[in-house]
Amino acid sequence: MTETELLLWVRGPALQIATVIFVLGIVVRIAGILMLGRKKNLAEARGSAVAGGLRTILSRSIPDPGTLQRSTFNVVAGYIFHIGLFITILLFAPHILLIEDVFGVSWPALPTPIVDATTVVTIIALLAVLIHRLRHPVMRFLSGFQDYLVWLVTILPLVTGYLAFHRVGIAPPPTLLAIHILSVELLMVVFPFTKLMHTFSLFMARYYNGAISGYKGVKS
Amino acid sequence: MSKDETLGEALRRQGITRRGFLKFCAATASMMALPPSMVPAIAAALEKAMRPSVIWLSFQECTGCTESLTRSHSPTVEGLIFDTISLDYHHTLQAASGSAAEAAREAAMEENYGKYILVVDGSIPTANPGYSTIAGISNKSMLLDTAKGAAAIVAVGTCAAYGGIPKAKPNPTGAVAVSDLIKDKPIINVSGCPPIPVVITGVLAHFLTFGTIPELDALGRPKAYYGQSIHDRCYRRPFYDKGLFANTFDDEGAKKGWCLYKLGCKGPTTYNACATTKWNEGTSFPIEAGHPCLGCSEPDFWDGGGFYKALSMPTEDITRAAVYAVGAGAAAGVALGAMNRAKKARAVKTHEKVTINDLEKGADDD
Repeated sequence: MTETELLLWVRGPALQIATVIFVLGIVVRIAGILMLGRKKNLAEARGSAVAGGLRTILSRSIPDPGTLQRSTFNVVAGYIFHIGLFITILLFAPHILLIEDVFGVSWPALPTPIVDATTVVTIIALLAVLIHRLRHPVMRFLSGFQDYLVWLVTILPLVTGYLAFHRVGIAPPPTLLAIHILSVELLMVVFPFTKLMHTFSLFMARYYNGAISGYKGVKS
Repeated sequence: MSKDETLGEALRRQGITRRGFLKFCAATASMMALPPSMVPAIAAALEKAMRPSVIWLSFQECTGCTESLTRSHSPTVEGLIFDTISLDYHHTLQAASGSAAEAAREAAMEENYGKYILVVDGSIPTANPGYSTIAGISNKSMLLDTAKGAAAIVAVGTCAAYGGIPKAKPNPTGAVAVSDLIKDKPIINVSGCPPIPVVITGVLAHFLTFGTIPELDALGRPKAYYGQSIHDRCYRRPFYDKGLFANTFDDEGAKKGWCLYKLGCKGPTTYNACATTKWNEGTSFPIEAGHPCLGCSEPDFWDGGGFYKALSMPTEDITRAAVYAVGAGAAAGVALGAMNRAKKARAVKTHEKVTINDLEKGADDD
């Protein structure tokens, strides 16, 4: 397989396979959660469950002071790499082109030097998070294979994307690009079957918690 | 012009001044990324160089490479250098044809055995020797035969270097590159469709000066000319970095000269000197004329997923795959959910309540 053929394969059939696994997996998992159902609450409503749920989806994005004080590092580093992922994935011009091609929607891109710098910051934050996980006795005890796998498939696209963007001479540029796309496809395939599902389930969980409190007319 | 004439003599006879000659040497040195101290060495070597015998074989090609190398630079000093080599065989340019032409090739080969430079443009068909022949000789056997006595081979153009357009899918002639057939000779790939004229004269000058082939990259191309990507040297690069793109060929962005990435520019994955050396004696290059780079100096550029499709765009229909996956996922999810619910209902139904008597009975058993 030549480098052009490899790039063509990862941009075509491989992306199709990864997309099918990614989408199918996510829909099955979300459907599974929704199908669990809830028992009818016989108590009289003291507030709006929907309003409480929606409010909590937003309010839980801000860390409460107690958590921030107790685990400052986790909160700060966590925020940095999540915002970094948001910027690098969704605000880089070539990525927006891909989204436009698939979904038909687009938005303005950030200048590439900003995305470039964000990538470096995000990689550093992810490395710091891993070191913290390994050094902290409780976190290390709680960590299993999946936690390290999820970390790896998250940092790989960032590192390979950085190499492809700067065309670091370890491979011809089309191969670097192909490796980057492949690493994203690996992430997509692993995604629905691991903790990465939190990208979607966190909103459901927040809504669920908020709705319970909202129904009771209390703050969540 | 006599065969024993040196390059310097030939140039002087054609009215090239010493100053003009040194200017060419300095330009060649800088293009090959050599220090200025090498200029006198290049000048001295070129001055004394005997005109090397060059045999030019054209196989499955369009003559675009020959057009590029001979016509566009004919009034310049590069063109004269080119004239000044002893081009002993080139079936497009020579007057002779048929057996007379072949006799000239054979004579040149015999006379300069082990010393001549073999230039090849065009790919070589392997599916059937009859697909392309010259004077009844198949391309493959002519190449293998002529390559034996060559000091070095210069594969000019993407067809000779990587198979090029004849090798594009489905490759009906079984076209291959020179490097696929010749393994025991130094091969310099001067890729491009066509390649930049100054690159071939630069390679020849390097060979005349040092008697060696220039430093090559992983794809066999001289690093001095193919060391940097079009994207990195593109004058439109600041627009890419700012996120300013032309969306069509006639929108505001196109008129303002913004980046052509969205229109399928292959600059980021293409290595060539177009953005620096430019074409037509330094006039411009395709991107300057408003057209995205096709990536013509890269292998398989013809099958790279579409000239007008941005590099980051998928080459297959991803939307349809995603829609099918949503449908299948929803069906599977509902089915699994229903199975879980049925299981739960069965468990509830078969559940037996434990009474205090059961526990006491159990205690008695112990």
